[in-house]
Amino acid sequence: MQRHSRLGARVLTGFTMLVFAFLMLPLLVVFPISVSSASYMQFPPPGFSWQWYQRYFGDEIWIEATIRSFQVAALCTLLAMLLGVPLAFLLVRSKRRGTWILDRLAAAPIIVPTIILSIAIYSIFARLQLIGVWYGVAIAHTVLALPFVVILVGAGLRGFDQAQEQAAMGLGASWPVAIWRITLPQLRPSLISAAFLAFISSFDELVVAMFLSGAAMTLPKKMFDNIMMEIDPTIAAVSVTQILLVGICLGLTALFGRGALATTMSR
Amino acid sequence: MSSREADRAAPARRHERVLLLLALPALLLLLLLFAWPVLRLLSMSVSDGSLAQIERAAFDELYLAVLLDSLKIAGMVTLLCLCLAYPVALWLTRASRLGLALGMFALLLPFWTSVLVRTYAWMVLLGRNGVVNRMLRDWGLIEFPLPLLHNLGGVLVGMVHVLLPYMVLPIYAALLRIDPDLSRAAEGLGASRMRAFLRVVLPLSMAGVAAGCALVFVLALGFFITPALLGGGRVIMIAMLIEQQVRELLDWPFAAALSAVLLAVTLLVYAGIGRLTKGGRLAAP
Repeated sequence: MQRHSRLGARVLTGFTMLVFAFLMLPLLVVFPISVSSASYMQFPPPGFSWQWYQRYFGDEIWIEATIRSFQVAALCTLLAMLLGVPLAFLLVRSKRRGTWILDRLAAAPIIVPTIILSIAIYSIFARLQLIGVWYGVAIAHTVLALPFVVILVGAGLRGFDQAQEQAAMGLGASWPVAIWRITLPQLRPSLISAAFLAFISSFDELVVAMFLSGAAMTLPKKMFDNIMMEIDPTIAAVSVTQILLVGICLGLTALFGRGALATTMSR
Repeated sequence: MSSREADRAAPARRHERVLLLLALPALLLLLLLFAWPVLRLLSMSVSDGSLAQIERAAFDELYLAVLLDSLKIAGMVTLLCLCLAYPVALWLTRASRLGLALGMFALLLPFWTSVLVRTYAWMVLLGRNGVVNRMLRDWGLIEFPLPLLHNLGGVLVGMVHVLLPYMVLPIYAALLRIDPDLSRAAEGLGASRMRAFLRVVLPLSMAGVAAGCALVFVLALGFFITPALLGGGRVIMIAMLIEQQVRELLDWPFAAALSAVLLAVTLLVYAGIGRLTKGGRLAAP
C-alpha cells in the first residue's frame, strides 16, 4: 500500500509539471522569437539580433501607444483605489440589511461579459464625445477594476481585528486618525495587491479599448491591429517586454504584498 | 442592548454614514457607467415596441446555432480546465514551501500576462509554420503541417490556457480548508488512501469545484479575443457576433437583443451554480 501511494504521488507530480509546462510554454517561446534575425516568424531562429526591439523602441506609434497605456492604467489605478477602498469598508462594516444589493452591484462587472459592457459604454461615450480620449478609456477601465479592489481590500479588512481601531480611539485618537494610522497600514499587503491588479487589468485590457480608444490607440489595441495584419516579430519583442514587466511587478508584490494576491484570489 | 453597547452603537452609526458618503462616488460610478448603460443597451432590443429582435436573436436557426456552439465551447473549456486544475490544486496543497512558491509563480505569471500576448504566442506555436509543426517535421513524424490553428482545437487550447488559473485557485482554496486529520482518520479506520480521498476529500472540495466551474464557464461564454484570433473565422462565438453587429452592420437593436440573450444565459448559469453552493457574495462575510 505504501508503494502504491508513492506511485500515486509521482503520477500527480508528473501530471502537475506537465500542466505547469503547458502554462509556461507560450511565455517562453516568445523569447527566442523576439531576438531572431529572421524577418518573418521562423523557429528555431537562424541568428541573434536586437532588430525587433530596436523597431519597437524606435517606432513612434508603438511608443506612443505604450505611454498612453501607462497613463490609462495609472489613472485607472488611482480612481479604482480612491473609489474602491471606501466601498470595501462600507460593504464589510455596514450592518444595514440592504448592503447585499450593493455587494452584488459591486461584483457584477466581473460577471457581465465585457463585450456587453463595452458596447453599452460605447453608445454613451459616443454621445458625450469621449471616444478617442485617453481618460475616457481609463474611466471605463475603472468600472472593470473596481470589483478586484473591493474583493482584495474587503478580504484584508475582514481579517483585520477591529478592536485595534477601537483601542486607538479609546486612547484618544479620532476615527479618521485611527483608520489612517492603525487600519490602513495593516491592510498594506491587500492595498498593494489591489493596486497592482487594477493597474495590470487596465494595461492589458483590449475589448473596452477597442471600442473606446479610437485613434488614440492603447498598446493592446496596437498589438491587436498588428497581429491581424501580419505576424512580425516586433510583437514578440513587445510581448517579452510585457512579460518581464509583469514578472517584476509580481515579484515586488510577492515581496511587499505578503502573498495577499494568491491567497485572496483563491478565495 | 446594554448601555455600554448603546454607547458604542451611536458613533458606529455615525461612522457608517460617513462611510456611505465616502463610498458614494464608487456607487455613482457603478450606477452611471455600469447599471444604467447596460440597462439602456438592453432596452434598445425592444425599442420598436416588439420582442421581434429578441425572438430573432434567441430562436433564429442561424443565431441559435452560434449560441449553442458558444455553450458547447464554454462547456468543453470548463471540463478541460477542471480535469487539468484539480490534480494541480491537490499537488499544491501537498507541496513544500519552495514548490508552492514556484507553483504559484507558474500559475500567476501567465495569469497576469495579457491575453493578447498569450494568444499571439499560441499562434506562433500552433501555426502552419509554427514551432510545433516545425519540430514534428524536423523529427520526421509528419510530412505535411497539421492544422492546429484556425479550428476548434486551437481555440480550446488558447481558452483553457487563459482560464486555467481561475479554476485552480478556488479548488486549491477549498482543499486548504479541509482538515487533514479527516483523511488521516479515514485511513486510520482502514480506508485505503484512494478511498479516503474519494469519500472524504473529494466531496468536501465540491464547493471550490462549483465556484471554479461557474467562473470559468461564465467567462468562457463571453470570450471574444481568443476565439477571434485563434479560430480564424471558423469558430464563431456569440460575443464575436455582437461585435460584428455593432462595428460592421451598425445594427444596435439586434446587438442589444443578442446581448440580452448572452446576459440571460450567463446569469442563469451563475445563479444555477450559485444555488448549488453558498458562494457568490463579494465583500460581505
